[in-house]
Amino acid sequence: MRVLAALSGGVDSAVAAARAVDAGHEVVGVHMALSRTRDQFRTGSRGCCSIEDAGDARRAADALGIPYYVWDLSEQFEQTVVADFLAEYEAGRTPNPCVRCNEHIKFAALLDKAVALGFDAVCTGHYARIVVRDDGTRELHRARDAAKDQSYVLAVMGPERLARSMFPLGDVASKDETRAEAAARGLSVSAKPDSYDICFVADGDTQGFLRSRLGSRPGEVVDTSGEVVGEHDGAYAYTVGQRRGLALGRPAADGKPRYVLSIEPVANRVVVGSADELVVDTVTADQAVWYSRLDTGDCQVQVRAHGAPVDARATVHDDRVEVVLPTGLRGVAAGQSLVLYDGTRVLGQATVTSSRRALAAR
Amino acid sequence: MCTAQFAVARSVGPPRLRRLDRVSVYLDHAATTPMLPGAVAVLTDQLARTGNPSSLHTSGRAARRVVEESREQLAASLGARPSEVLWTSGGTEADNLAIKGLFWARRSHDQDRRRILVSAVEHHAVLDPAFWMAEHAGAELVLLPVDGDGVVLVDALRDELEAHGDQAALISVMWANNEVGALQPVADVVALAHQHGIPVHADAVQAVGQVPVDFGASGLDAMTVSAHKVGGPGGAGALLARRGLELIPVQHGGGQERGVRSGTLDAPLVASFAEAVREAVDAMPTSPERIGALRDALVAGVLEMVPDARLRGPADASRRLPANAHFTFPGCEGDSLLYLLDSAGVEASTGSACQAGVPRPSHVLLAMGIDEDEARGALRFSLGHTSSADDVRTLLEVLPGVVERARAAGMAGVR
Repeated sequence: MRVLAALSGGVDSAVAAARAVDAGHEVVGVHMALSRTRDQFRTGSRGCCSIEDAGDARRAADALGIPYYVWDLSEQFEQTVVADFLAEYEAGRTPNPCVRCNEHIKFAALLDKAVALGFDAVCTGHYARIVVRDDGTRELHRARDAAKDQSYVLAVMGPERLARSMFPLGDVASKDETRAEAAARGLSVSAKPDSYDICFVADGDTQGFLRSRLGSRPGEVVDTSGEVVGEHDGAYAYTVGQRRGLALGRPAADGKPRYVLSIEPVANRVVVGSADELVVDTVTADQAVWYSRLDTGDCQVQVRAHGAPVDARATVHDDRVEVVLPTGLRGVAAGQSLVLYDGTRVLGQATVTSSRRALAAR
Repeated sequence: MCTAQFAVARSVGPPRLRRLDRVSVYLDHAATTPMLPGAVAVLTDQLARTGNPSSLHTSGRAARRVVEESREQLAASLGARPSEVLWTSGGTEADNLAIKGLFWARRSHDQDRRRILVSAVEHHAVLDPAFWMAEHAGAELVLLPVDGDGVVLVDALRDELEAHGDQAALISVMWANNEVGALQPVADVVALAHQHGIPVHADAVQAVGQVPVDFGASGLDAMTVSAHKVGGPGGAGALLARRGLELIPVQHGGGQERGVRSGTLDAPLVASFAEAVREAVDAMPTSPERIGALRDALVAGVLEMVPDARLRGPADASRRLPANAHFTFPGCEGDSLLYLLDSAGVEASTGSACQAGVPRPSHVLLAMGIDEDEARGALRFSLGHTSSADDVRTLLEVLPGVVERARAAGMAGVR
């Protein structure tokens, strides 16, 4: 196959590309330029937009003996991922930009361009497995290494794009194995630190980034009874479940820690309450993407990238899904990605619209 | 109409992977051109010798002799006096020295002379120092506009000088543009500038070896040349500076090159550089005529195969560099074209690249009034001393399929 290996400049994508070469594919390395600012030279350990990363990606391609190009997707990235990030926070929701990047950039703009240019598949360093059934259907599964599993952020792509994707790292036992393989292959990125931050927030200060792009909008922090317990500089900077950084003047009546329960963007209010009040048992989501037909049934769901899955009973109405969670779940925010699993297999993905506590108090 | 032609064209199977050592069709001589055999011979011969040209002993004197003979040879090739040659590390350093050195020298005598006039289509090696001087050194930058072919508008310069001639520190207008190949009205610029007592610098990096370049006859005060664009080694260049022209040094140290450009001189590099320029100039006008005929065939072939492609830069061959052909392909992105051609064994350029290797709409095309969408589909083919009719034929075989595919990919991007 003709395979486009997306090279971020990190160790995972380099080893994934190496494995694609070993598998006998015709591989071409492409680094996506996602930012137009030039001042990201020294942010190599963070994201995937810096000149240093582009250089590391080039050296990985050299080591593998494959051609290497840089494709400018910064305009699409700004218009989809960054714009969505800002709009979602502004609307009081909690976006996951990595999910949006996979949805709009890696497995959309990049994949579409690759296919148009004659490639059969796009190969990335994501940790997830693709299982091909006897009948040819392809399933998305969790990676062998649960700690590195990225099926959660990939689920949004849907089955058609999965058919054009390759994740050669789905079977590695751990990140250490990937690093060891990179070192054994002589890839200079083998010891490069992992990136955790949002790549377009170069200094890791998400609140500062939101403030610089959305401006200061002071407002009230209230408790569930409506009493004002503090002030904020912009409701958009808060996420449901957040505890740190609330800077409330007065302690809660019961002396227990308080968490963000909800954001009210129109009123520009942040509502806080106890940990107990954060627990929901019914979550509604829309814009669903399905890998296999699902009507009503038992499954597991996950609502954040590094969250644990919980048992759920799902009811599907077209592209809407409602899940009931017998054990409850804390900190579910509108805008989050809800991924439904059957064991290791991804059933589908949808975007949370609302959550509530509906079952009788336990 | 296009489709029928594409159907008979050889299908391009990207990325039909080629070995990295496969011989390809090299149509990017404006980026760098293969070294001339004579320049390689001089370089390798000199590399085996030792001696710092600044040393006073026998080895040092021998090295110095090589440097000075090379200086005389380069000067003779370019119509300059030997004392007017300042060796540099390349074109970029020479451009920086000209812009910064001239500005500081002029301003030290007259505080009012703060304006730096450069054409809007200069290479970044001129533009960026000029912008930098405006940001950090109190200069005022004036970008001279160009016409739709990329040629500086002399009338605009005249107006500027009539209004603010007494405030101008220097003018820099390239001899020929590196992207679209437009020859610039250097003589007109010099004539106007000298009426106002303003020194003129020209970046002649692309012109040497393609059109006659005579520094003395040009009336220029300073001129940049580069070795690797004419078949010499990388890392060597020169600023020709008229005798008596005051330049404040940018690089300080051991006081070499009249104290204007410090740094140990590299005898092998300058000897090879001088030899390359000598060969290139000796080959005038036969070589440019041969290359110009190939270029004309390339242009005619591209416009026939891809009827909606647009030739950029002057259509009149006498007004552009003989080795340059530059097109925009509607609906295509330059990076797709470049990738598809590369995978088909043809090496070309989008014309300009940023540090990370991302093609951006070129400032030259934008200055010519071409909109950003059109500018994205730019591709430059530049020929050189190793180019052959086979190279042009191969390009024309693969190009229709490449353009068709790039156009499809361009559409895929629009969602």
